Amino acid sequence: MTEALTAQTIRITGFGGDEIEAYLAIPDDGAAARGSVVVIHHMPGYDWPSKEIVRRFAANGYAALMPNLYFREAPGASPDDAAATARANGGVPDGRLVGDVGGAADYLRALQNSNGKVGVIGYCSGGRQSFLAACSLPLDAAVDCYGACIVYPPPEGMPLKVSPIVDLATDLSCPLLGLFGEDDKYPSPAETAELSKALDEYGKPHEFHTYADAGHAFFSVNRPAYRPEAANDGWQKIWDFYGRYLAS
Amino acid sequence: MCTYNTEMIEINGSGKGASGWFSLTDATVYFDHPVHAMAEHTLNIDFRNPGQGPSARVAVELTAESARALAAAIEAALASVPAALVS
Repeated sequence: MTEALTAQTIRITGFGGDEIEAYLAIPDDGAAARGSVVVIHHMPGYDWPSKEIVRRFAANGYAALMPNLYFREAPGASPDDAAATARANGGVPDGRLVGDVGGAADYLRALQNSNGKVGVIGYCSGGRQSFLAACSLPLDAAVDCYGACIVYPPPEGMPLKVSPIVDLATDLSCPLLGLFGEDDKYPSPAETAELSKALDEYGKPHEFHTYADAGHAFFSVNRPAYRPEAANDGWQKIWDFYGRYLAS
Repeated sequence: MCTYNTEMIEINGSGKGASGWFSLTDATVYFDHPVHAMAEHTLNIDFRNPGQGPSARVAVELTAESARALAAAIEAALASVPAALVS
């Protein structure tokens, strides 16, 4: 772990060649080669807790980059206003998400000290998007933190324009770590069990952990949903997993 | 959990946001995670004018109990005035 890191807002090329905002953090540890992580923010947006997560990856030796998925709808707006606009518009189209994560992965691979390995992690809606990206792009490790609507369709009446994508599992390009809460309803333990079963059928390596006394968003340190026991163990699982698949 | 459920309506009025007063055209109502309120879920209302950009928004996050009390208070206030004024 390093205490020295550089973090800043940059512009990257995303879906369709669009220039979008992204938050980059790089450890100042002098490593000759290192792995990288694309961080996909939760539905509440490109906010300061998500930026803290990006810096946390850098502090643990990874170059980390988080594209602002709502930049097109709300350039320069505060994260909560941007999230409200994206919500009203039905969320982020799947194709655009894949293009933006792909652009972020390309940026990370081109860094001078990249070892060429890129992982992805996403929280909440970003959990589903992490799985989607890993099924659509050549990546080295993926983490899904309580992503819903992978197996089951969204609840009736919800404006989010997403559909189940479990059938994409056959194209999963890398091992998948899933971190879920037993009390969560989206995704429910039944949904994540079905996803695990589908991955077994396709012969895709994965490990899922479902924490007792935890619900949705248990990693969110600034919310009542925070469950330190689950979050601490979850972070350890992430370091172990990325250590296996993203290390030089 | 994220409930995602959202009600969207067109409205006509004004709201006061970070940059002052502006016309309101839309309201989004949903029960989901709040940004600021210290509750796992709240009834959230975004009073918006998308034509003026994402920042043209007045947001409230209310506990379910508060939201119901507000809805009842709105109905009571409207019912207490002559019908001709609110038709």
